[in-house]
Amino acid sequence: MKPKLAVRNLHLHYGTKEVLKGIDLDVPENNIVALIGPSGCGKSTLLRAMNRMHDLNPEAKVKGKILLDDDDIYAPGKDVVAVRRKIGMVFQKPNPFPKSIFDNIAYGLKIAGENNKQKLHAIVERTLRSSYLWEEVKDDLDKSALSLSGGQQQRLCIARAVAVEPEVLLMDEPCSALDPISTARIEELMLELKKQYTIVIVTHNMQQAQRVADLTAFMYFGEVIEFAPTRQLFDAPQMELTANYLSGNFG
Amino acid sequence: MQKRHFIDIAIKWLFFGAAATSVMVLLGIFGMLLFNGVKAFAHISLAEFFFSSNWNPSAYGKPSYGILAMLTSTFLVTLGAMLLAVPLGVGAATYLAQVATEKTRLILKPVIELLAAIPSVVVGFIGIVMVGPFIARVFGLSNGLTALNGAILLAVMSLPTIITVAEDAIRSVPNSFKEASYSLGANQWTTLIKVVLPAAYSGIIAAIILGMGRAIGETMTVLMATGNALAMPRGFFDPVRTMTATIAIELGEVPYGTTHYYSLFAVGALLFLISLVVNLLAENLAGRYRYKL
Repeated sequence: MKPKLAVRNLHLHYGTKEVLKGIDLDVPENNIVALIGPSGCGKSTLLRAMNRMHDLNPEAKVKGKILLDDDDIYAPGKDVVAVRRKIGMVFQKPNPFPKSIFDNIAYGLKIAGENNKQKLHAIVERTLRSSYLWEEVKDDLDKSALSLSGGQQQRLCIARAVAVEPEVLLMDEPCSALDPISTARIEELMLELKKQYTIVIVTHNMQQAQRVADLTAFMYFGEVIEFAPTRQLFDAPQMELTANYLSGNFG
Repeated sequence: MQKRHFIDIAIKWLFFGAAATSVMVLLGIFGMLLFNGVKAFAHISLAEFFFSSNWNPSAYGKPSYGILAMLTSTFLVTLGAMLLAVPLGVGAATYLAQVATEKTRLILKPVIELLAAIPSVVVGFIGIVMVGPFIARVFGLSNGLTALNGAILLAVMSLPTIITVAEDAIRSVPNSFKEASYSLGANQWTTLIKVVLPAAYSGIIAAIILGMGRAIGETMTVLMATGNALAMPRGFFDPVRTMTATIAIELGEVPYGTTHYYSLFAVGALLFLISLVVNLLAENLAGRYRYKL
């Protein structure tokens, strides 16, 4: 099957330091792919490369290709804004804008030129429902998003990312700042979302990778050491390094 | 053990004393202004003081003490200064905080801060010999020493304050807001206008108010460059005399203990109150703008 997102020989330097050393990774459509590995192995860096977040950092130099439906997002002259509209992102720390709940969700639609009030309302409701937040906030849409709890804020951020209907959703340790109950809700949400979207998630939590991911990639010092179906990677790792990491010998 | 305890207490009181001294000075100044200012109202009615535009304390027989003209002048010059300085200052702050490269910023910032180091008398001098005549020529006035002249000079003087404080506020907007905006397909411009500046809103307001405080209290520049006419100004092209300029001009020659003498203290107390309110407002807003990370 043709991958939705394909990373091809990707190198990334911060100044003179090589952080990603030739990554190859195929992300199939409607799958959840988890990136695991010790701190500093480059998994977040790889994730951020997938929607060109490194463009904001003049120190970062990217070489290689990332193909979205066979179309290189790093091709010269490529419209970054269009790329990011197709590849959304949810960050480690919930980062709602200091605006109302409604405006948070509507933001991406408004900047894309959607001004029809009714349509905006319909989409806000639909995305809030799909992130299981509607019942909790439906009477408070005008309240500041910052008044929500951490778990609610993160679900709002997911709803915000989903509202612009991207094709791929990148999640950078989306549950690391949350309690177990909020985490469970977000995992449930991810399994629901993968019916429509392709998801790449960075996680430090081995159980989380096993609960949600179809495929898991183990990264170490800027390289993908092993990439396999999640069950297989955790039950019968092929590489010694993977096995050592999973059994907690380092990390 | 006993000795160390004693030193602890002594040091605590020493620092308390240092802090208390500055508070005492502030209260002392305000008390002095108020104490002397109140005496003026033994002979002046509050209505005349605030609502008459006729200030002529040394008139023989029937002196008048209305501050409305100078209050209006102060307001006019400050307003003009803000109209010029706010767009310029906030624009420059935005550029420094979000657009400029680190290298550009490191060069520009000290230069802008240097602007604050120009003595006000030098700014006033420039107003008399350059800006004033320029205004006169451009607008066809017989005399360029007007409220507009003062406003332009005060705008330049309050720019460093506005830029420094506003830049700080804009820079303190968490990067995560920007990332979220970019990840939703916003470009740099949209992110700036719709996310970064609104998030820095209260800090920017604080910057503006602090710049305003600088403009309200400035004396030497307006004294030199605005023409010092006591009449009620009709607009930016009229010469004006602000509250600060009036005190500076008259206090040196006024006979001690007269109603005129006390009335100048009353003007000073009012000026102090205005500055105080402006500063408290800024303080209050500035404290709120930092996001808890």
